[in-house]
Amino acid sequence: MKKTILVALLVLGLVATTGADGTVLLNAAGATFPYPIYSKWFDVYHNAHPNVQINYQSIGSGGGIRQLQAGTVDFGASDGPMSDEQLAQSKVKILHFPTVLGAVVPTYNIPGVSGDLNFTQAALAGIYLGKITKWNDPELTKANPSVKLPGDDIVVVHRSDGSGTSYIFTDFLSKVSPEWQSKVGKNTSVNWPVGLGGKGNEGVSGLVKQTPDAIGYIELIYAVQNNIPYGKVQNAAGKFVKADLAGVTAAAAGAAKDMPADFRVSITNAPGATAYPISSFTWLLIPAQIPDAAKKNAIKDFLKWMLVDGQNYNEGLSYAKLPKPVIVKEEKAIALIQ
Amino acid sequence: MATSATAMEHAAPPEPGLRAFVQKLRNGDQVVHIITLIFAATILLITSLLVYELWINSSLSRSKFGLMFFWTRVWDPVSGDFGALPFIYGTLVTAVVSLAIAVPLGLAAAIFLAELAPRRLSDGIAFLIDLLAAVPSVIYGLLGIFIVVPLMRTVIGPALKHTLGFLPLFSGPNYGVGFLTAGIVLAIMVVPFIISVSREVLLTVPREQREAAQALGATRWESTWQVVVPWARTGIMGSIFLALARALGETMAVTMVIGNDPKIAASLFAPGYTIAAVIANEFTEATGNLYLSALIELGLVLFLMTFILNGLARLLIVATERGGGRPA
Repeated sequence: MKKTILVALLVLGLVATTGADGTVLLNAAGATFPYPIYSKWFDVYHNAHPNVQINYQSIGSGGGIRQLQAGTVDFGASDGPMSDEQLAQSKVKILHFPTVLGAVVPTYNIPGVSGDLNFTQAALAGIYLGKITKWNDPELTKANPSVKLPGDDIVVVHRSDGSGTSYIFTDFLSKVSPEWQSKVGKNTSVNWPVGLGGKGNEGVSGLVKQTPDAIGYIELIYAVQNNIPYGKVQNAAGKFVKADLAGVTAAAAGAAKDMPADFRVSITNAPGATAYPISSFTWLLIPAQIPDAAKKNAIKDFLKWMLVDGQNYNEGLSYAKLPKPVIVKEEKAIALIQ
Repeated sequence: MATSATAMEHAAPPEPGLRAFVQKLRNGDQVVHIITLIFAATILLITSLLVYELWINSSLSRSKFGLMFFWTRVWDPVSGDFGALPFIYGTLVTAVVSLAIAVPLGLAAAIFLAELAPRRLSDGIAFLIDLLAAVPSVIYGLLGIFIVVPLMRTVIGPALKHTLGFLPLFSGPNYGVGFLTAGIVLAIMVVPFIISVSREVLLTVPREQREAAQALGATRWESTWQVVVPWARTGIMGSIFLALARALGETMAVTMVIGNDPKIAASLFAPGYTIAAVIANEFTEATGNLYLSALIELGLVLFLMTFILNGLARLLIVATERGGGRPA
């Protein structure tokens, strides 16, 4: 105890006299979804390397990208890859490094129905487009022959705040439904054709829990940690998959073969019989040129650590691990940071 | 005090103009004048900086949409089409609903506390009401989610549909969240302001006014309603506009119960959206420049709305004061 206090005091002293004795203070900002694992990583890494302190503000992906573009942080984090337009607006070249994986699951509350419902891709798109309005629609009954679904109106719930969760969900719907793609599209928030908005995962799950015949979508982590039941979703291979960490990693492995060099890839509806279709990477956004040598080395070393040791902390916090081939590719990409 | 006075006497005698000024300073009037002037100027400065920032940062959106921003109903971050109308509508409707509930309720409670209740009871309740006014809005939001929303879905909504369902105001599906629920939660939030301020104002009405009315044969109710309330009218209106300002700007509690759907619907059961709620919801993840600019322009619109409504309030007060020298 005494020793840790001493170390803490020492570190404080070092921070106060910035840089002169090799202390590196890194500022980062961005996505809220990976915040629990990031803060765990930064803490563990700091304990192993007391001279590196990483200060992360979970202000949202949009804010992270803006701060990185403005140069007010050393690196950013985002739940969606930056668009070509955003990359063009940045003064420095920005590299994407996938860190962990997340997934989005459908949750529902139908009085008298328990057990996992199967959702076809057409069913989810139809419900959120407002085309499927009753629970006993043939598209739903066909996939759930053993469940007696009521003829009540479906109450659709979506996120009201801009979020990576909505980005992943609308990205999935855009891939599986051409009509969604042309009418609505994908973004952190979109012009929803139907439904009520709930703020945050807690807002959506709260509305679903309270409203009979409601359906919503939430992060897998949130569902697992709060014991919220959720349904199975049909993947690209036609199988109904219940989301779990292995299925999410399988989706990433399925997409890894065609992984572009800059890692800006969507893995929704990925190939593979066990792949869960509404999965996504979340990224750290690192400038390709870092003039300050101490900062550059600290960031590169942290990335190497994150890809090997850091991944071991994922499952304890319900995040899926990166698949091996992606880690190998990323380790090579670290050399691009100059 | 004495030491500073002797110190001044030892100093070289100042010139006449300066001496007068120093004399004023020593009296304290000038000091107070300058300090309060600085504080007052700060408010002006902050307000102008606020407007300036909103104006500059919304330039992208203003130049793209122009005045159409006020009239279009689409809010599509994907295609970059932004219109403020559903949000303006939602903000006004929730504010009107909340005042429609809170004003009669608050005024009646204030009259009881000031005129009818024993003084000790009145003071005790006033203390509780002041406490209510200080509760953070997220608490009211939770109250809304866990109590008002289920009540709305199972009791209030069906009852209204049964009795007044022929009106378009109370038709359509009732999800529990929507304009009416938001209005009710807002009413609960603003009613303490109305009661607290109105009660204070009613208490300042001179005792002679009541006695005179009662001496002329008025009942207690007649003296309250025809003499005391008109006397306190300006202050009561002030309390209502304070409540209106809070209702317009409330964010957290509203977004938790309004359903967050930017649509314009005649029914009060329908989900809606307000300006403050959409800014709070979408600001952090607004990735495009135009998107951000449109959100900031919404802030400007909200500022403009508060400005106009406050202006109208002032006019109303002036008008009633002019016509109200003699209570009817």
